[in-house]
Amino acid sequence: MHPDGRHCIAAGVDAPLEIGIEGHVGYYCAGMNKQAHISISGSAGPGVAENMMSGTVRVKGNVSHCAGASSNGGLLIVEGDASARCGISMKGSDILVAGSVGHMSAFMAQSGRLVICGDAGDFLGDSIYEAVIYVAGKVGELGADCVEKEMTVEHRQSLAELLSAADVSADPESFRRYGSARKLYNFNIDHASDY
Amino acid sequence: MCGIVGIYYKNKALNKDLGSMLGSMLVQMSERGPDSAGVAVYRNPLDPPGVKLTLHTADDEYDWSQFRSLLAVAFSAEAEVEIRASHAVVSTTAPLQEIRAWLELHHPGLRVMSAGSTIEIYKEKGAPREFVERFQLQDFAGSHALGHTRMATESAITTQHSHPFSTGLDLCLVHNGSLSNHNRLREELRRNGIEFQTDNDSEVAAGYLMWQLHQGASLERALNRAIQDLDGFYTFAVGTRNGFAVLRDPIACKPAVLAENDDWVAMASEFRAIAQLPGVDQATVWEPAPARVYSWGEE
Repeated sequence: MHPDGRHCIAAGVDAPLEIGIEGHVGYYCAGMNKQAHISISGSAGPGVAENMMSGTVRVKGNVSHCAGASSNGGLLIVEGDASARCGISMKGSDILVAGSVGHMSAFMAQSGRLVICGDAGDFLGDSIYEAVIYVAGKVGELGADCVEKEMTVEHRQSLAELLSAADVSADPESFRRYGSARKLYNFNIDHASDY
Repeated sequence: MCGIVGIYYKNKALNKDLGSMLGSMLVQMSERGPDSAGVAVYRNPLDPPGVKLTLHTADDEYDWSQFRSLLAVAFSAEAEVEIRASHAVVSTTAPLQEIRAWLELHHPGLRVMSAGSTIEIYKEKGAPREFVERFQLQDFAGSHALGHTRMATESAITTQHSHPFSTGLDLCLVHNGSLSNHNRLREELRRNGIEFQTDNDSEVAAGYLMWQLHQGASLERALNRAIQDLDGFYTFAVGTRNGFAVLRDPIACKPAVLAENDDWVAMASEFRAIAQLPGVDQATVWEPAPARVYSWGEE
């Protein structure tokens, strides 16, 4: 299939299918994906795998903004770079970017893992909840309430498994972990008068 | 919303395809901008002191042959008038200021769309496909071009509010977005001698760049200064006599995609405008980063 950049290709699939897309796609490709394994041999526009529930989406090229936004489950692999707001509001999926991501990535991310083998733009993990971010390269300014955390043996083990499942070669030892300082979203009784 | 497109040839052997490639890109952007369409084409450069003016008339019955004879009487210099739908390109060696003054005095119904040695601007109300057919875009050969399809939001659907805007010799800008500080900036630029034809925000961005270029800035430097001085949302594609550039605002909320291969660089609001181009399978496709100037061809 040669989609010539058309929008909403393979969106809303709910079946255990193998779907191969030859060429570049437009907006919302593989949106809401459930069960299917979708591979794009090209680049993708805004909102690829947005609200994915399960299955796999692999993009061989670069992707535009809001990749994997609000995704609940499944695995999104981007072999190139992702633009701004990658993994915004993710809710349990795994997103693996072999290149770099733009600004405001993992904004308000609730759960799941965002793995960035390259660099991350500014305001990474702003207002993040319980999602976990791994970055191998440089990180710009961190977002509000996002902090670097200890990389334990368990984290390295889980990251190594994810990299291997996604067939992306990167050294798990080179990653640092980021997550929520939990000061922003927890109600603090000592500050009750401030609310 | 609006759709913008741009094409710049690295391989000059492809110049003959400019019009057909530009036309297909413009039609693909119809859903983003059904109200009007326009293009700036850089072609047939004139050697100094030659200048080209693109003129527009709102009068369907306009007598261009009479205009041609009046022009010959008024100016001893040779002049060619090439008519294309509601527009005509006047090529002459007569001094630009004198021609402008003569037009203003004797032909106030004609509007100057562009002036320079190389640029021609055509724009008109209506759907992009009608525009491409009416103006016979496939005839154009040239080095680079910009295009715009407009969904009007902040000012009326008229030819003069359509894009592209040119506020200086051979300079052109197409814009997707909206500027918030354009009124104050327009006043400042007017005080510095830049002239404006409308109340449109995008024209102010074009005027700002012209002013920077007048000060001696390169296109790249002018755009880097624009990041500081322009407030609002924008994706710009900009053309000069030899150059082509793309810039997005620091938040990057207006879409843009760039594609480049050995032969050309193409820019569009959405990839589908680029998908039709010959050689696209060999192109690198990426989203331009926020607040970063991408430019080609400026010496």
